[in-house]
Order: sequence, then structure tokens, then C-alpha cells
Amino acid sequence: MSFEYAPAPESRAVVSIKPKYGHFIGGKFVAGSKHFPTINPATEEVLSQIALAGKAEVDAAVKAARKAYTTTWSKMSGKERGKYLYRIARIMQERAREFAVLETLDNGKPIRESRDTDIPLAAAHFFYHAGWADKLEYAGLGTSPKPLGVAGQIIPWNFPLLMLAWKVAPALAAGNTVVLKPAESTSLTALLFAEVCQQAELPAGVVNIVTGDGSTGALIVNHPGIDKIAFTGSTEVGKLIARAVAPTKKSVTLELGGKAANIVFDDAPIDETVEGIVNGIFFNQGHVCCAGSRLLLQENVAEEVLHKLKNRMEKIRVGDPMDKNTDVGAINSKEQLAKITELAAAGDAEGAERWSPACNLPGKGFWFAPTIFTGVTQAHRIAREEIFGPVLSVLTFRTPQEAIEKANNTPFGLSAGIWSEKGSRTLWASQQLRAGVIWANTFNKFDPTSPFGGYKESGWGREGGRHGLSAYLKGVSHE
Amino acid sequence: MSNRIDVKKTYKLYINGAFPRTESGRTYEVKSAKGAFIANPCLASRKDLRDAVVAARAAHAGWNKATAYNRGQILYRIAEMLEGRRAQFVDEIVAVTGVTKVKAEKEVTDSVDRLVWYAGWTDKIASLSGSTNPVAGPFYNFTIPESVGVVAAIAPETPSLLGLIDVVAPIITSGNTVIVLASTKAPLSAMTFAEVLATSDLPHGVINILTGKKEEIAPWMASHMDIDAMDISGVPAKMHSEIKVAGAENLKRIHSFKSADPGRIIAFMEAKTVWHPIGL
Repeated sequence: MSFEYAPAPESRAVVSIKPKYGHFIGGKFVAGSKHFPTINPATEEVLSQIALAGKAEVDAAVKAARKAYTTTWSKMSGKERGKYLYRIARIMQERAREFAVLETLDNGKPIRESRDTDIPLAAAHFFYHAGWADKLEYAGLGTSPKPLGVAGQIIPWNFPLLMLAWKVAPALAAGNTVVLKPAESTSLTALLFAEVCQQAELPAGVVNIVTGDGSTGALIVNHPGIDKIAFTGSTEVGKLIARAVAPTKKSVTLELGGKAANIVFDDAPIDETVEGIVNGIFFNQGHVCCAGSRLLLQENVAEEVLHKLKNRMEKIRVGDPMDKNTDVGAINSKEQLAKITELAAAGDAEGAERWSPACNLPGKGFWFAPTIFTGVTQAHRIAREEIFGPVLSVLTFRTPQEAIEKANNTPFGLSAGIWSEKGSRTLWASQQLRAGVIWANTFNKFDPTSPFGGYKESGWGREGGRHGLSAYLKGVSHE
Repeated sequence: MSNRIDVKKTYKLYINGAFPRTESGRTYEVKSAKGAFIANPCLASRKDLRDAVVAARAAHAGWNKATAYNRGQILYRIAEMLEGRRAQFVDEIVAVTGVTKVKAEKEVTDSVDRLVWYAGWTDKIASLSGSTNPVAGPFYNFTIPESVGVVAAIAPETPSLLGLIDVVAPIITSGNTVIVLASTKAPLSAMTFAEVLATSDLPHGVINILTGKKEEIAPWMASHMDIDAMDISGVPAKMHSEIKVAGAENLKRIHSFKSADPGRIIAFMEAKTVWHPIGL
């Protein structure tokens, strides 16, 4: 028996998208000079024209941020700074539906996820960090912690507003001002956030938002008026940034790529595990740096898990992101779709076996069916490279030691998953895994109180919690 | 007193608990402050560094797994052994650097005390930099700091013994293993300190000591793909940029410090956050 779902589209009436946007500098929207289109990746509809910031705009934004830092923000008491952050959190909650719809239109992620995950978590990040603003001296980061100054922040397209919150909230709480650049393909919610800053009456220049592509990002990274760079994105670009700032005094945090192992031991609760595997790799179309993209199955349960996983995947609903029943939405861009397609083809060419459920993908827009590859070896590109799409590579193991060895056999170290009902084994595995976030019998959980970030080539520093806060304060003994 | 010819020490490297000569066969001359010949220590090569990294990597699993209590006792044991050989260190420091005996004695005293200080940190640093995180959901969520892995360090030129200990002690406190390049001009106390380490129950490979030139060894440390982090406190500021550029290839955690501080320990630790559901 099959159940049909009636369409349940979310209304887009709640958002009004302007035909053209400028930058948000010194508390005001200023017109851009050049523009590029931003599209809905589910339909390829052009949503708006986004300004491309060049040297003049970045200079102006840094100048505004510096002025706000020296004249206002660094002089304000933590108590008052905190109240501005609380205001922002509350306005984001009030306008949550508007943010969710806009995020889904611009990014392609299911409305269910933007509504239930991205936006509430973004507001929670501001609410959490608001409370730190007047308690920094109790954070265990020195008795008189000082902000760094002006932070340049460059964020990715996979969780546009949430990544903005991860960057802006701790920076402001610690007393810094910011110049933020959203990703080229997803600027709209950052520009709506600029309106929130206005509604919150945040002093001019504390938050500046310049839109653009990698060239704008490079201008921020190399700007001499910036004291700190915070970047979330690819390991490749992260290394470029690390080299670019090497001769400077800038401090840096990097949140980069991953190739997380999701380890299923033979005593795992199989049905829960299957849900966890699906969430681990197909959440947000797999556009997740910490996605559980390498499934490691203990041999004696591999067949059962794969059987149930395929059954479960048959029921994943791929399609209109605005439909409240949709599980997997559109791939964010044509370029990303090409990258996923290329890596999946490498999986075929290298001898892994591809499987996808039958699903009717829309004719327009960018789509990739949820896919698993079995018979994957550690040497395969699909086991080594970050695909950043809904593609799962399945490997097997016999002993727990072998699982750990395979899991750690990667230059990345962002996250990992463990599925087992045995507490001591779970804790043993979490000790052995060289990764910054370990999810045991769960996956892809995030919280502002919980530090997030990677070992090895997955980056520098943590975001969230007391650890994340330290990234925006002067070190105790560092030069 | 007598016409006895004294037996002089050959200063070699300290790798994996042994005292090999440099594979390069190169040495350089160390003279006293007054210009008299003292010794021909090794001029370590890239190959020596690689050997030391292999030893440090192999030692990491065991040292990292050792209990904090055990690591603390071994650090304390190093302090005990150093205390017992104060006179030898004082003589070497005076001979090589020309400082007064009083000053050399203070350096050795501070070195012993510094080791005792870090010994006490092994089982306390986690309560300082770890946390339990009250997430908004039915999960037990905690963050524990653990060692980053293999760390390369450059000791400052002076003070030659205390500077070396300042660099090395915080690195191994948390379970890292280390390859350290000693002071170039005053390497003798570093190599004599290796003898202290060899009698302190410190597992082989946890601390490896090279002597040689910063400009020769530091860039190879920075580009070595099996080194996770670097302490460049002893590197001249003009070399920092070059090292950081090379270190970016595997995103090494590269730090330099001004003083002894628990922040030095934390800088070479990774925060690991574990989520687990709560339920029946």
C-alpha cells in the first residue's frame, strides 16, 4: 500500500524580495556598482540582483566597522551590548517564517529544515551569546578579556543565516565589530538580517554586510584594517587564507571540510541507526561539512543495514523545497551539481556500485537523487574527497580497531558518528576518533552551547560555547 | 689536583630514547663565552628530523593514553632527576654562556620548579578547558580537550635550559609528543637534559631533542605532513611568516608564547565534543 501526499506548499507571500540589493555599510543600505543574479536553485528563477563589492565597498565597510569599534562598541558596557544581541534574537524569532521562506527560496533547502533547524538555531545563537556579553571575565579566558577589533567574516552557502549567526553573535558579544560577506549564491537572508540590525537600532557600523564572490572575500582577507578573519568553507580556500594572513598579525579561525565516518557496530539499534544514516548524509542535500558521508558497517550487520537503508531511501521525498513534506531539496548551484556529478562518476569508474531509489526529479533546477555507493574502498575518490552532496560511500569492517583505523584514515577530522548500544564501546570509540564532534546514536545535532570544529585539515578553532567565544578575545599568553 | 685527563662527553642527539649521532655526520663547534673550545655537538639534518617524527608519532598513542596521573608523576620524576644533577647543569650553563654561577643556579632552580608546576597541570587542565554543555534537547553533551598529536618546537636561544623546558613541558603535559630543536649557541644543557629524561621513566620518543640551526630545521618542521602543530617561540620573528606559510599545507596549529601559562598547554590540545542521547 502506498500513501500519496497532497502538495503542502508554504506560501511565499511572507517575503518581499527587492529587484536589486546594495551593501549594508555604516548602518545604511548603499547602492552597489556591479551586480550579479541570485537564483532559486529549485526553479532557476532569478530572484534578485546582488551587488558585487569591490575595493571601494570593502574599504568603506572596514572603515565603518573600525569607527564603530573605536567610538561606540568597544566603549559600551557588556550589559548594553548584550541587550542589543537579545533584541536581534527576538526580532529573528518574530520574523522567523520570513527568514525561513527566503532561505529556502534562495538556497533550495526544504522549508521543513529552514523553518525547524536553520532559523531557530540562528536565533538561539544570538540569544546564547547575548548572555556572554557582560560575563566575559567569568569565561575562564583571562581576568580582563579584550576584543580583537574588526572581524572579517566569510561564510558559505549551505546554512546561510545560521553561519552568519555563528560568526556575528560571538564576535559582537566579545565586543568586536564585523564585516561579513555571505556566499555568492545565498546573500538574501544576510541582507534581511541587515534590516533586523536596523530594527534593533544596533549602532551604525557594528555589523557591515558586503556581498560578492571570492574576489570580495580575498579583499576582506587581505585588508590591512582587519584584525581577525573567520572563514567557513572549503579546506582548499582555508589553506589559501592561512597562507595569505601568515605575514600579518591577524588571528584566524577556519571551519573547513570533512569526510565523516559514521560507524555502525553490530550491536547498534538498527532502525534508529538507519534514520541516523539518512539524517547524517541526506540532511540539507548532503551540503554539510560534517555530513556522515562514509558509512562504516560491521560486516555481520552490513546486509541487514543496507537492506533497511534502501527501503528507507525509497520513501525519501525529493522535490519542491517549499513543500512542507519535502525531505531533500535542490542542489544549491549548477557548479555544485557538476561537482557532485563528477565525483559520483568517479565512483562508477573506480568500480563502486551505485544505487538510487526511483524518484521523479523536477525538470528545471538542480537536482541529484539520494545515492549510495557500495563496494567502496579507502582508495576511491568517493571515500577520500568531500562530495558535499547526497552521496553516501559504504565501507565495511570486521573489528572495532579496523573501524577506527578506517575512520581516521583521512586528512579531515571534523565529525564522526558511532552507533552502538554498548556504552563502554561508544566511549572507547569516541576516544579513538580524531574528530572534533562525535555523535553517538545521533547525528547532525547543533547547539550554541556546544563547541563545533575540526581536527587536522578540518580547520582551526571552535564555534559555540566558551571555546567559540575565545576565538574573538585576545589570547592570554599568545603573541 | 692531579694530572688526570678528564673524560669528555660526546654530545649527540636524543631520538626515540637513544643517543644517535646525526646521520649527516656534521657537527659544529661550541665555544665558551671566552672563546675556548668546549664541544662538537651534532648539526642535525632533515633526515634526523624525519627519524624523530617517526619516533614521536609512534610514541603518541601510548603517551596520549597514559593516565593524567601517570603523566604527572613522570613530569615530577623529571624534576627529581634534574634536581639531583643541579651542579652539572650549573657548570655547563656557566661554561657556555658565561653568566655568573648565581644566575645559572637560578635558571636551574626555575627549571626544576617549572617542571613541578606542569606536573601538577596534567590532571587539571581538562577541568579548566573542558565543559559540559547544556544543549536544548535530551542529550548528554560534553567537551573534552585532548592532545593534538606530534608537535615540533624551537627552543629559544636563551635561557638555554629553562627556555627548552618552557617549550617542551606544556606540550607533553597533555599527551603530545615533541621534537625540539635546542638553542644553537648553547645546546649542551639540552643534551644533558636528555640524560635526565632517559632516567625519568619517560617513554621513548615522547621528547626528542635535536641540535643544529633554526634556519635549516624549522622550515622542514613546518612542511612535514606528519607534524600537527608547532611552537615557534624560539624562532626569530622574521622567520614566522615563512614557517606559517609552509605550515598551512596541513593546517598546523602554530603558536608562540611569552610566558608560562596554562594557555600554552591548551594551545596544543583539540577540543572534542561528544553528543549522546538521554532516554529509557
